[in-house]
Amino acid sequence: MNALNIQQGASSHSAYDLRDPNSQVEERHTLAVLVENEPGVLARVIGLFSGRGYNIDSLTVAEVDHTGHQSRITMVTSGTPAVIEQIKAQLGRIVPVHEVHDLTVEGASVERELGLFKVCGQGDKRVEALRIAEIFRANVVDSTLESFVFELVGTPSKLDAFADLMRPLGLKELARTGVAAIARGV
Amino acid sequence: MSRTMTGARMVVEALRDQGVDTVFGYPGGAVLPIYDELFQQNDITHVLVRHEQGAVHMAEGYARSTGKPGVVLVTSGPGATNAVTGLTDALMDSIPIIVLSGQVPTFLIGTDGFQEADTVGITRPCTKHNWLVRDTAKLSETIHKAFHVATSGRPGPVLVDIPKDVQFAEDEYRGLKQIEPARYQPARKGDVTAITQLAELIEKAERPILYTGGGVINSGPGASQLLRELADATNIPVTSTLMGLGAYPASGRNWIGMLGMHGLYEANLAMHDCDLMINIGARFDDRITGRVADFSPGSIKAHIDIDPSSINKVIHVDIAITGDVGHVLEDLLKIWKSRGRKTNSAAIGKWWEKIEGWKSKNCLAYKNSDTIIKPQYALQRLQALTADRDRYVTTEVGQHQMWAAQFLHFNEPNRWMTSGGLGTMGYGLPASVGVQMAHRDSLVINVAGEASWLMNMQEMGTAVQFRLPVKQFILNNERLGMVRQWQQLLHGERYSQSWSDSLPDFVKLAEAFGCKGAQVQDPKDLDDAIRQMIEYDGPFILDVLVEKHENCFPMIPSGKPHNEMLLGDASTEGAIQGAGAALV
Repeated sequence: MNALNIQQGASSHSAYDLRDPNSQVEERHTLAVLVENEPGVLARVIGLFSGRGYNIDSLTVAEVDHTGHQSRITMVTSGTPAVIEQIKAQLGRIVPVHEVHDLTVEGASVERELGLFKVCGQGDKRVEALRIAEIFRANVVDSTLESFVFELVGTPSKLDAFADLMRPLGLKELARTGVAAIARGV
Repeated sequence: MSRTMTGARMVVEALRDQGVDTVFGYPGGAVLPIYDELFQQNDITHVLVRHEQGAVHMAEGYARSTGKPGVVLVTSGPGATNAVTGLTDALMDSIPIIVLSGQVPTFLIGTDGFQEADTVGITRPCTKHNWLVRDTAKLSETIHKAFHVATSGRPGPVLVDIPKDVQFAEDEYRGLKQIEPARYQPARKGDVTAITQLAELIEKAERPILYTGGGVINSGPGASQLLRELADATNIPVTSTLMGLGAYPASGRNWIGMLGMHGLYEANLAMHDCDLMINIGARFDDRITGRVADFSPGSIKAHIDIDPSSINKVIHVDIAITGDVGHVLEDLLKIWKSRGRKTNSAAIGKWWEKIEGWKSKNCLAYKNSDTIIKPQYALQRLQALTADRDRYVTTEVGQHQMWAAQFLHFNEPNRWMTSGGLGTMGYGLPASVGVQMAHRDSLVINVAGEASWLMNMQEMGTAVQFRLPVKQFILNNERLGMVRQWQQLLHGERYSQSWSDSLPDFVKLAEAFGCKGAQVQDPKDLDDAIRQMIEYDGPFILDVLVEKHENCFPMIPSGKPHNEMLLGDASTEGAIQGAGAALV
């Protein structure tokens, strides 16, 4: 019948109709979820992911509007297009969730993560660590005669690269905040 | 008038403001202040249950038969944990329920106090939303919010956990007019462009089908009326899920019966062969789709649902309309009429011929007997002897449930209450009590299996105490019939633990509860026994001894598509193999 020539899987529900909804290719998406800052809201979001078997690659949360009782959760998740759509729909039906934005498809966005790297060593290795830190524009936020703590802000891949270089130079401990992200422009 | 009062009084005041007439509950230490307030008023009837699970199922029965939310009051700890099955059941079937639970005082929370449980933590995944109220000033508003959330959008259960010190403390009561409008406001209207597309498809479709579900009933009686108007005006055949029975009348011209795993042959084949599937308030459950890859391969699919997460969850659809069924059907009819009320009537006529051909298979046929009551026969007689009444039916879960869905006919919405999504054995008896509380003069029958019925049989005490003439129609095969059927088809006839041993004498049990019972085992006596059950002025248990090894057909074996249905015992050899065996 298909007289209207409706594409299989196209729907007004979907924000982007052109992707193949049945694709089995896993995609990485960064979601910004604005939530009512009330007890248990983070547990609801995390419980949704564990209960329905979705992935969380990283998650950050903090209050962003004190008077409006609003917190922002930035999460990086991965899944097939159908799973990503389902994640967004499921997040949207949590009562204290106000808005769900898929930064990966809603235009250009900026992603940043902060990492603290404890690098221990002496002699050449210590000098080399300091030199590489300068190249990466990392700050030294703590120093002893045997160690540095570097602070580095950047994309997750920049932090990955820095960690890879620091590992042979005595990287002992690493703390990462997870991704915070925001859309470019107004 | 001062509106300062204790938290406990606020609870009663808020329930009254919400128009609540009935609360199902069970007292305990952490809710004593609220029970004290209930004692001192006469507007709200409290139904004392025998187990908190029963309270939630009663509230579900009340809600589903009235369209109003059901209210439950339980104590902390075990009171709340006993409510969990009912909450999950209500979540799966989208039933609006408000559970108020007591909690240990705020200063004891986290100390493993007596009867303390992390109730909001435990019930978070089985409620639509829940709240722990730590401040009496917020209590009345939270309860009003709870009613709003439970009944707005896709309905569901909510829970408000109220620590005992919050119940004792005093603060200002805020009525419905004094609270801020809720931020939670799901959209009700569907997208007009998509609805117009659907109207265009209806004009051209050669083999259309309306696949309706519980969403039609949840949307209210107006939605059922609009569905009838749409079906009758377009001559499109109507099938329904287990949850949607009664939205379109079984006596209606376009009714082709329930679909799904134990649905009718003609309904399933029509789903498989249609060219336009219009899903109205159903959710492509696995009991409906069978093997997803082979589900209705040649059709354009439209889906009307108030919950955006239901759309494209299991089956990818071509037209998605997010909105309330009633609103969307109203717009759809308006648009379709304004475009000239066109259908492809010649093609639909041929489509009906094909469906009539499938109907002639008579898929519900079974071999009757003069000596043993067949469960299908028992339900046919129950249907015949109650057809002229405004009758409400609840069920337990298993073979009897499927037979009841096949053989009982529902012509109005809100008359059929069954645990569809969760499949909760023990649902039917308490649900029948809840229905009867709302409809004191109507005939309320629980079609049960003996094993399910025993799971919440303590609620007969509630029925007797409140003089609720619920009829317990137990199809007793001394088996866990559906489990036994699967073991026969799937597990080499090794009947592991699927029989009911040491059953009580149901007639004596009825007497022990202070009601009446009877047993029937000769098909000749069945009609009289059913009449006796109906006419008895009080709760009644009818123990119908039925064929022990009857299988429920038709059946789509798990992992098979719709067009590979089993129609009877002859076709079951090796029916479920390989990957299908892993499915439930």
